[in-house]
Amino acid sequence: MLFLFPSAIFITIFLIIPAVWTLYLGLTNYSLTGLAAANPKFVGLQNYAKVLKDPEFYNSFKLTIIFVIGSAIIGQALLGFIIAWTFSDKPGKLRSFVEVIIILAWMVPSSVVTFLWSAFLNGQNGTLNKIIGGQTEWLITHPMLSIIVFNSWRGAAFSVLLFGAAIAAVPKSHLEVARIAGASKYRQLRDIIVPASRGHILTNLLLISLWSFNLFTPYLLTGGGPGGKTEILPIFVYEKALRYFNFGIASAIATIMLLINFVFALIVIRRGKQK
Amino acid sequence: MSGFVEVKNLTKIFPNGTKALDSLNLSIEQGEFFALLGPSGCGKTTLLRTIGGLEQVTDGEIYIDNTEVTYVEPGDRNIAMVFQDYALYPHMSVEENIGYPLKVRKIEKGLRAERILTAAQALQIQNLMDRKPSQISGGQQQRVAVARAMATRPNLYLFDEPLSNLDARLRLEARTFLKQLQRELGVTTILVTHDQSESLALADRMAVMELGTIRQLGSPAEFFHRPANLFVASFIGSTPMNLLDGKIVNGMVHVGDSHINVPFATKSASEGQNVVLGVRPEYVSVSSPQSGGFTGVVKVLENLGTHYLVSIDCNGLLVRGTVPDGEEPTPGSIISLLPDPKRTLLYDKKSGDLI
Repeated sequence: MLFLFPSAIFITIFLIIPAVWTLYLGLTNYSLTGLAAANPKFVGLQNYAKVLKDPEFYNSFKLTIIFVIGSAIIGQALLGFIIAWTFSDKPGKLRSFVEVIIILAWMVPSSVVTFLWSAFLNGQNGTLNKIIGGQTEWLITHPMLSIIVFNSWRGAAFSVLLFGAAIAAVPKSHLEVARIAGASKYRQLRDIIVPASRGHILTNLLLISLWSFNLFTPYLLTGGGPGGKTEILPIFVYEKALRYFNFGIASAIATIMLLINFVFALIVIRRGKQK
Repeated sequence: MSGFVEVKNLTKIFPNGTKALDSLNLSIEQGEFFALLGPSGCGKTTLLRTIGGLEQVTDGEIYIDNTEVTYVEPGDRNIAMVFQDYALYPHMSVEENIGYPLKVRKIEKGLRAERILTAAQALQIQNLMDRKPSQISGGQQQRVAVARAMATRPNLYLFDEPLSNLDARLRLEARTFLKQLQRELGVTTILVTHDQSESLALADRMAVMELGTIRQLGSPAEFFHRPANLFVASFIGSTPMNLLDGKIVNGMVHVGDSHINVPFATKSASEGQNVVLGVRPEYVSVSSPQSGGFTGVVKVLENLGTHYLVSIDCNGLLVRGTVPDGEEPTPGSIISLLPDPKRTLLYDKKSGDLI
């Protein structure tokens, strides 16, 4: 018990107290400016009522769903699976090379990566425009697509590695029985590899959906703009708290996000247990 | 073209440079139960897998039923394979597992159900149809794997050590069952095994392989009685053959201090030739000391059930023989072991071949 003491202190200070504090803030009109800053009042569920009546919240929620489906489910999971499957029967050296390239995207710090992508997508001198020969300001004309592609690129490594391990774990003889029966590559995938990787697929979908749902990094690329077009929920909370200093509302949104994550995780885990 | 399966000058070199098969020729008759035997790394599994189309050949040709299949996809060879790990799909029931190859081949549902049932009945697993592979025993899993192969009605069965994962007792049961099933079906079968007793028990004909080539080809009886070379001689037999260095002097084989008659079967032994005398422990008899043969002190007695394996030490030379239960000598006593001249073999020391 004594050994747990130091970590228990840190967990309490940096995790439990802020979490409870956020829950409490959500029930007050706490703010950094004005009267409420000096003398916050307990307002009950008023903040929640305000949030749930706010069309901006629903808009942000919709954008988050588009972002998660686009970048996590299609971009990272589906693309990651296709990459992992494509290279699963290629020679070990080629596979290792591809894995290293993909992991590089995962290793570099977020701030550096966003800077690289800003340079890549820049309208005047961006690498992409130089390659395809255009003047498109990608972050302004296609902001949502830009952050979806960005997050897919950034996170695909995890899915490639996880699915790569799952596919490698399917015994060779299982695929060979199918080959002798005359099953095509696609049938081997559908009938054997996917069912055998079911657990990995669900775990992967759960993790990357939660990560993307809570991801703040796109702020460094678009700042939530232009015109709120990429204001996904984590950015929405940040704006409410640190631009408008409305901590009560921000805490209420954060709590709602937590509940959404919780319900989503429960559904996925439940599904994983049915066999 | 005579054989049902014809392998001609088959060579397989893996990308890492390993030569697994070295211009190998083999002919297997229709309806034959053929066993490929050898130590690990001898190329027996590679040969089976190239016949099945799972490995690309480097050079040579393969014919099945008078059709060249060297570059034909495994799915178009009308074969079925049973793997050592059975390769049952954990997410499918026993019934779905047996039916999967039929489903892939788009066999209509009614016919499929009929064929699944026939195969399941033949292997006595029809009461396990709804179970998952994880819910049945190893022996039952093995039967499901055989049933799955059977249901496709192939021209050729390829068995890759299908009995190795069973415990000793179950393996004997499965062995008898497999042989009976093969007789009834009459379908050509190739079995790969590293267990010489399995090969002797099951095969009509067999081949022993070493370093990608066939060292001997023949019936199990030929293998047991007349191993063609020292490699095969040391590999076949549940109690290892006595292999004793000697020399032909005055028309006798001199082994250590003992002088043995040249065996009946030996055709060409020349005076002064260095030889290896081979005799199975089963083919020596015990007699009183100094009555010829090998005389020495009884060192070890091993109980084999109906027999004892006796090891005697004749001046540093270890000779083994089996004696019936109840007639075993006492350890430390001096006895003679007489090789049966009809069952004794001579090998050339240099080439290792039977002479």
